[in-house]
Amino acid sequence: MSALRLLWWAVSVAVALFLVAPLLVIVPLSFSEGSFLHFPLPGVSLRWYHAFFASEFWLASLWNSLVVGLSATAIATALGTLAAVGLWLAPLPGASAIMGVLLLPMVVPSIITAVALTFAYAPVGLASTHLGLIIAHAALASPFVVVTVGATLTQFDRTLLRAAAACGAGPVTAFRRVMLPLILPGVVAGAVFAFATSLDESVVVLFLAGPSQRTLPRQMFAGLKDTIELTILAAATMLTVLSLVLMLLVRVLSARGAAAGRP
Amino acid sequence: MSQAAAIETSRAEALGRRRRRAARGRSVSAALLVAPLLVFVLVSFAAPIGAMLLRGVEDPEVGPVLPRTLAALERWDGTDLPDEATFAALVEDLRAARAAGTLPVAASRLNHDTAGLRTTLVASARRLAAPFEGSAREAVLRADPAWGQVETWGAIVRARGPWTDFFLLAALDLRRDATGRIGPVPEDQAIFRTVFLRTFWIAAMVTAITLAAGYPLAALIALARPSVSAVLLFLVLLPFWTSLLVRTAAWMVLLAREGVVNHALIALGLFGAPKQLLFNRFAVVIAMVHILLPFMVLPLYAVMRQIPPIHLRAAASLGAPPLAAFWRVWLPQTLPGIGAGCLMVFIQALGFYVTPALLGGGADQMLPYFIGFYANQTVNWGLAAALSLLLLVATLGIVGLYGRLVGFSAVRTA
Repeated sequence: MSALRLLWWAVSVAVALFLVAPLLVIVPLSFSEGSFLHFPLPGVSLRWYHAFFASEFWLASLWNSLVVGLSATAIATALGTLAAVGLWLAPLPGASAIMGVLLLPMVVPSIITAVALTFAYAPVGLASTHLGLIIAHAALASPFVVVTVGATLTQFDRTLLRAAAACGAGPVTAFRRVMLPLILPGVVAGAVFAFATSLDESVVVLFLAGPSQRTLPRQMFAGLKDTIELTILAAATMLTVLSLVLMLLVRVLSARGAAAGRP
Repeated sequence: MSQAAAIETSRAEALGRRRRRAARGRSVSAALLVAPLLVFVLVSFAAPIGAMLLRGVEDPEVGPVLPRTLAALERWDGTDLPDEATFAALVEDLRAARAAGTLPVAASRLNHDTAGLRTTLVASARRLAAPFEGSAREAVLRADPAWGQVETWGAIVRARGPWTDFFLLAALDLRRDATGRIGPVPEDQAIFRTVFLRTFWIAAMVTAITLAAGYPLAALIALARPSVSAVLLFLVLLPFWTSLLVRTAAWMVLLAREGVVNHALIALGLFGAPKQLLFNRFAVVIAMVHILLPFMVLPLYAVMRQIPPIHLRAAASLGAPPLAAFWRVWLPQTLPGIGAGCLMVFIQALGFYVTPALLGGGADQMLPYFIGFYANQTVNWGLAAALSLLLLVATLGIVGLYGRLVGFSAVRTA
């Protein structure tokens, strides 16, 4: 029994280490003084971070990632929240078909999305533009908002809306002053998911974006095709820290969201 | 019926009317709230995908450019060279298309069918532009000997349009000959069956490995002390949230010739010289397993968390040895999690593009790579669309099958 238990623990810990080991390797390497891809480090320095912030290519890609990510997040969060509230408010005819369409961007393999959008956006002048990429990322990110806000709404007490109406609030006021404050953790969590989706998106941007829409993933892809410079690892480390922040944000919010609707 | 009762009834009716009106109002509000996103997704996402998939069965290029030739070929049976009238029609079509500048589009479409036909068409049009004496047939055959082959005319008939099964057949390594019979393409052009098998094989391998590695870990997270499972869950969630490209980059650095793994193994005395660990199947599979493991562990954990731990203790107190208790009490209850995890991993694995492109060699590229290749490099939209259609049918088919067999209600994602 204890031998079995030991084996089970050993395998599990090994798998958990396999999951984090690659990240544990690239973070120290990005602080190397040398330019080798292996240990031991010749010394510790911030030279690759200096290189990142001194390179107009990397800076432009960081800027593009933030602009595209935040714009796509704004669109996806606004439309996704309204849609989730609509789906929760009343049973609609063909609700499952509507849900199917809304979740489609989550299911379609990204290469098909990339090729199809390039083919459709080029004739209307949206290929190789920031706007085209923002629209594409907003569509890709919107299902995460719908699902997250929808999950939060299952906790929301319907009688609160009736109470607001009884107190003379119109539907817009009731939404703004009663519902939104209570489901806000879910909305923000959905927005974080949307931003993470855009930040991580690498296939559509390869096909749809031009040289002036390089995002961080696209710049990293180009760098990996070339000789690998440690600047890539500096970028990767910063992206990982950002992901960690987003993840903790969602954990905190879902803990709060679970309490939503319960005064 | 007393007056009081009548008043009561009419009151009840009025109340019912008000309720119905309120419900109708809610439905209208709901529809208005859903509409913006629905329209946005339909216009910016669903319509482009539908339009592209249609390209896989459309064939619009050749019909308008060679109308007379195609009309003449209606009576042709595909066994022998066409008659003099058809050759004359071709000369007329080529002259008209050359004057209108519409020839290149049709020429590159025919080139997707048979390599070399672009040159045949453009060169013939140039040579036949000037008036000539005698039979059209001899002049055309002089312009390019390819017109003396039945299959050249077969290619034109195949591209007749407006609808076609040409690209779908090509994606399955099949084609119609000049008489319209379906048969296999020549050996040296048959690549897609290999690509499909490779794609499914890699996806299945990655799914099996993630299940074998993820199951014990998920079980430990579900059954261990809260402090231990919180740490382990964090170790699963951190890579889950990390960018796919960051993780692909990490594996490139680990496996590079001068990378961490080679250096460590040389330092340990296991290798004499650095080995090539990148650009092969091993590198692709290990990185894909790493990227997809959280998608296996999280659904498994979500299901395992619901199983009361008392079941295992009950089995033990009834005299079951640990393995039997696991096999007969615990494992059957985790089957929905196994199904959900395998589905998530397998479907995502089918669509991997970036990781094989960076870590694999030529023989490790999967179906998505070829979709990108035909869309971007050879600009063969029809074939890219037909391959996309097959990938999408496979993906949605597996999801649908799973929904039929298992249903999606059993699993709540973690």
